[in-house]
Amino acid sequence: SFGDKLNAFFANFRRIDEDFFDDLEDLLIESDVGYETSMNLVEALRDEAKLKNAKSKQALKEVIVEKLVGLYENPGEEDEGLTYNEANKPNIYLFVGVNGSGKTTTVGKLAAQLRSQGKSVMLVAADTFRAGAVQQLVQWGERVGVNVVTGPEKADPASVVFEGVKRAYDQEVDYLLIDTAGRLQNKVNLMNELDKIKRTIQKTFKDQPEETLLVLDGSTGQNAMSQAKEFNQVTQISGIVLTKLDGSSRGGIVIAIRNEMNIPVKLVGLGEQVGDLAPFDTEKFALGLFKGLI
Amino acid sequence: MAFEGLSERIQNALSGLRKKGKVTQTDINQATREIRLALLEADVNFKVVKEFIAKIKERALGSEVLDSLTPGQQIIKIVNEELTQMMGESAVALNKSDKIPTVIMMVGLQGTGKTTTAGKLANRLMAEQKARPLLIAADIYRPAAVDQLKVIGNQLEVPVYEEGVNNSAEDIVRHGMQQAKENKNDYVIIDTAGRLEIDESLMDELKNVKEIAQPDNIVLVADAMTGQAAATVADGFNQALDITGVILTKLDGDTRGGAALSIRSITNKPILYVGEGEKLSDLDIFHPDRMSNRILGMGDMMSLIEKA
Ligand SMILES: Nc1nc2c(ncn2[C@@H]2O[C@H](COP(=O)(O)OP(=O)(O)OP(=O)(O)O)[C@@H](O)[C@H]2O)c(=O)[nH]1
Ligand SMILES: Nc1nc2c(ncn2[C@@H]2O[C@H](COP(=O)(O)OP(=O)(O)OP(=O)(O)O)[C@@H](O)[C@H]2O)c(=O)[nH]1
Ligand SMILES: [Mg+2]
Ligand SMILES: [Mg+2]
Repeated sequence: SFGDKLNAFFANFRRIDEDFFDDLEDLLIESDVGYETSMNLVEALRDEAKLKNAKSKQALKEVIVEKLVGLYENPGEEDEGLTYNEANKPNIYLFVGVNGSGKTTTVGKLAAQLRSQGKSVMLVAADTFRAGAVQQLVQWGERVGVNVVTGPEKADPASVVFEGVKRAYDQEVDYLLIDTAGRLQNKVNLMNELDKIKRTIQKTFKDQPEETLLVLDGSTGQNAMSQAKEFNQVTQISGIVLTKLDGSSRGGIVIAIRNEMNIPVKLVGLGEQVGDLAPFDTEKFALGLFKGLI
Repeated sequence: MAFEGLSERIQNALSGLRKKGKVTQTDINQATREIRLALLEADVNFKVVKEFIAKIKERALGSEVLDSLTPGQQIIKIVNEELTQMMGESAVALNKSDKIPTVIMMVGLQGTGKTTTAGKLANRLMAEQKARPLLIAADIYRPAAVDQLKVIGNQLEVPVYEEGVNNSAEDIVRHGMQQAKENKNDYVIIDTAGRLEIDESLMDELKNVKEIAQPDNIVLVADAMTGQAAATVADGFNQALDITGVILTKLDGDTRGGAALSIRSITNKPILYVGEGEKLSDLDIFHPDRMSNRILGMGDMMSLIEKA
């Protein structure tokens, strides 16, 4: 459990001295938390440890766990998972993000998960740009057993989305998951295209998309903050999917994103297989940040 | 991004110095703190940063800074020199075999740009050397990876050797190599599936492919937006495969690209090219000096040094 591992972590430190806080700072930086956030966090921990007179390992452990989880979690915030509105069918989820972050794979995995909960799901292949992108989503659709709406080659993505929305409404499906092309946040034309996709959805359903999910590669460094800001500007982001956490990276930048923009992580990607998608678990994540020292 | 340039920061950290006269250890510490901060914000691995700072400190305490009338600018000059040197040479060419084909194997984490870059390399080789490359589709895992490479091959009018996804990557590469010999292709570019450097069985697959294809080039394709783990990842691939070079992708974004320095310093392998877009023509020669400036946010640096 989290507690056991932290015990092991603290057993490695005979004394809680300056070295301890230096190591903690390195550890946070190494997890891509970012320099400023790491400094603030270590500073807060130092103060808290003093305030609570935490001299023992046990006491400091509690302080750290509290602080890390508390830093991330919003007090009073209820469940921050994916939302579903029975009265608002189809519940449209729009997936956005930079190139190669894991959008298409996440759409496939989530479709499987929703299907296994007995929901009806339809996919839209709105990446009409990248070589093989449509086939990739179509293969996911086959694997998972859901229909995929596709357009003609090099079609305007907004027109494919329009068609998808219409079909999903006609067929009364519970969920419509829209896969979009990867785009870097500083490309104005491509960001405008995303805006057009969003407006296309809102022409039919003005309160949708129910979720707009930024798919973020967990190995991304400080640039993730710029991604969150720019994508949020164009299509208000309701949550983050943090992918590739099965690798060597810990995705610490989401702490800074949470602090600055209050965008929660809703899902994590833990591999390439259909089952490798899980709800975000704050405690597990906090533990992950300690991976190097436990 | 809204970063203050490092040169400005260093100047600020050392402002008022001239009035005091002599530069002290404390002044140097203040300047190196700013350098450390800039490198960390650019995602340079923190261990690499530590080593780098130690080097800068050593030189900064030498006479070129201490006796200078413009110590701030001297430090900036040292930082620039050391960083550009660490970045390596520009325009390192791919290894070329004495007899055809020259073999290039693309490796890297998931989604970094291997398949796209395989196409870009083919495109460049054709333009520069009238090459007749063969692409081998050895990614049997990612859905539609073979389709993706076929579309790229079509666009470039380059043949793609593929066997779908039911044979092993090893078999596909073995047969693809045979085909290249028969057709007298002068280059073979092998697209492999993305994988984590900690995935032993998939790393073994790459070792087997290396054994079979005897590549002249093993190119690690890395995403320029990668954070601290860039060092670990590059080290993992290099330890397992002894890579020959690196291609950094997605530099058309607004990332500072500190991964370049981490990878370079950990593997000591050259950065061959940089990817600057999604089009198959968006592959550019690597410029170490530009990369250092980018990492440090020092667009204004050169002019300052010229004045120094
Ligand atoms: N290890 C690991 N790999 C993942 C994960 N999610 C996605 N991938 C892999 O990352 C690569 C890119 O995933 P895609 O789903 O194609 O990414 P994308 O964002 O749709 O990419 P573009 O459409 O090209 O922008 C693929 O090889 C996926 O199998 C994850 O959680 N863990
Ligand atoms: N903007 C930009 N996008 C790039 C660049 N290189 C590749 N891409 C995009 O990055 C995404 C992933 O590229 P792929 O070539 O599929 O990556 P890969 O490494 O083969 O991915 P896997 O096979 O899943 O591991 C695609 O959307 C590409 O168009 C680049 O230099 N700039
Ligand atoms: Mg995709
Ligand atoms: Mg690929």
